[in-house]
Amino acid sequence: MSRGRLLFLQAMIGIIAILCWHALTSYQIFGRYLLDPFFFSHPLDVALRVVKWFREGTIWYHLAITLTESMLAFVIGSLLGVLIGFWFARKALVAAVLDPYVKMVNSLPRVVLAPIFTLWLGLGIWSKVALGVTLVFFIVFFNVYQGVKEVSPAILANARMLGMSERQLMRHVYWPSALSWMFSSLHTSVGFAVVGAVVGEYLGAAAGLGYLIQQAEGVFDVAGVFAGMLVLAAFVIVIDTIVSLVEKRLLIWRPAVAETRI
Amino acid sequence: MGCMTASENTAAISLADVDVVFGLARGDSYKAVERATLSVADGEFVSIVGPTGCGKSTLLNIAAGLRTPSAGTVKIFGEALAALNRRAGYLFQADALFPWKTALENVAIGLEIAGVAPLEARSQAQVWLSRVGLNYFGDRYPHMLSGGQRKRVGLAQVLIRDPKILLMDEPFGPLDAQTRQIMGNLLLDLWQTDRKAVLFVTHDLEEAIALSDRVVIMSAGPAAHIIGDWKVSLPRPRDISEIKLDPAFRDLYREIWAKLKDEVVKTYGTQGGKP
Repeated sequence: MSRGRLLFLQAMIGIIAILCWHALTSYQIFGRYLLDPFFFSHPLDVALRVVKWFREGTIWYHLAITLTESMLAFVIGSLLGVLIGFWFARKALVAAVLDPYVKMVNSLPRVVLAPIFTLWLGLGIWSKVALGVTLVFFIVFFNVYQGVKEVSPAILANARMLGMSERQLMRHVYWPSALSWMFSSLHTSVGFAVVGAVVGEYLGAAAGLGYLIQQAEGVFDVAGVFAGMLVLAAFVIVIDTIVSLVEKRLLIWRPAVAETRI
Repeated sequence: MGCMTASENTAAISLADVDVVFGLARGDSYKAVERATLSVADGEFVSIVGPTGCGKSTLLNIAAGLRTPSAGTVKIFGEALAALNRRAGYLFQADALFPWKTALENVAIGLEIAGVAPLEARSQAQVWLSRVGLNYFGDRYPHMLSGGQRKRVGLAQVLIRDPKILLMDEPFGPLDAQTRQIMGNLLLDLWQTDRKAVLFVTHDLEEAIALSDRVVIMSAGPAAHIIGDWKVSLPRPRDISEIKLDPAFRDLYREIWAKLKDEVVKTYGTQGGKP
C-alpha cells in the first residue's frame, strides 16, 4: 500500500470517530441523546479547551512537571536497574538469596505504593518519581540480568581465548550485551516512567497532567478530562518517537530491533 | 605410557592418555573420550575426523584449556597446561564475533586488550582485513556480512594475535560447498606464509585430507578413542579443488574412508539416528 493511501485511511478512522462522537452528543435521535453530553462532552469543547490551555500557557507548567518526574524516574530507575541487575547476574549467591524478595516486590501492584510515597515524600514531585522508579527499575533490572546471563557461550569462550581479563570481559562483552537488552526495553521503561508520574499525580499532587485530569474530574468537567487525556496521549507519542530515534542510533549493530512493548 | 622421544617433548600440542568424563544428572557420568594420545608438531597441520558426537570438539577444548581432562596430561610446547592456553587461537564453529563491534573493531580487539594503542591496533586490523579479502568491509557489523565473510573476520580476529597454535572447530561447517573450498584455500594460503601448528576438527574427510599433513580418525562415542593416524604426503602448496582430482588423494581417501565408514555406521546404530 502506498504511503499516501495509508495516511488517508488512518486519518479517515479518526475523522469518522470524531464525527460520530459529535453527532451522537449534539443531535437527538428518537427523542434522546445516545451519548449524554454531560458525560461525554463535545469534541469541539474538548478541542477549544486544549487550545485555551496552550493559548493561556497554563499547560506548559503541568507538562514540564510531568516530564521532569518521568525523566527522573526513568534515569534513577534505569541506573539502579543496571547496577543491581549486573550485581545479581555476576553473583549467583546474591541472586539466589534475594530471589523471593525480588519476586514479592515485583508482584505487588505498584499503585498501592503511591499513598505511602505521598506520606513519606510529600505532595511534590519526589513521591511521583519514587512511584515511577519502582516501575522502571524492575523492567531494566530483569533485562540487564537476562542480558548478562545470556551472553552466547561461544562469544564468551572466544573473548576468553582472545585473552580478555575479567575486567575486559565486563567492558567488551557483558556491558554491551546488557545495554542492548536494556535498550530493547526502552519503550516499555519510558512508558512506565510516564505511567508512574501520571498515576502519582492523579492520586495526590499539586501540579502535572494527572493532577489536571483529576481536578477536572472532581468538578464533573468532562471536557477538561478529555482534553487532559488528549494532551497526555500527544505527550506520550512525542516521547515514544524520540525513544525510537535514540534506539535506532544506539542499536545500529542489531539486525532488527526487537519490539518488547507490553 | 612409553618413553617419550625428543620430538614429542617439544611438540606444539601433546595429549597423553586423556580421558574426558562428563557428570550427568542423578550422579551418572558419561565417558566422552578415552585414552586419547595425540601430538601436533610445530608447524604441522593435523585434522581430526570422526562421526558426529565423538568428542572431537572436546579434545579441541582440552587443547585450548577451556576444559580440563579427567585423566591424562596436556602439554603445550613441553609445558603442562594449567589454565587457558595463551599461545593458541581458537576459531569456533558457532558465530563468535562480537555483534556490537564492526568487522574492524572485531579484528582489532585482540590487540587492544593486549595493550596495543588503539590507532596501531586498527591499522593492523585493516591489514588483516585485506589479507582475508575484506578490505572494504571494515565498518560493517557482523549481521551485515554473509556467513563466509563472518568466518573471514573470525580468521583475521584470531590470526592478528599471531598465536603459535591454531585450533579450529569445524570452522567452515555452516558454509556452502563452494564457499568452503574458497575458505579452505584462503586458510592454506595464510598458513603457507606463516606455518603454525594447526589442529583442525571436521566431519568432512575430503576437507581434512586436502588441508592436512596428518589425518587422525576418532571412533564413535561413548568412550571415543583415536583409531587411526595417516600421513598425507601430497605436495604443497595445494589447491583444494585440484588436489581432490589427484589419484594419490583418491587412494588415501578410499583407505581412510574404509576405516571411518564402520564408525559412522556404528554411530547411527547406537544413537538410533537416521542418516
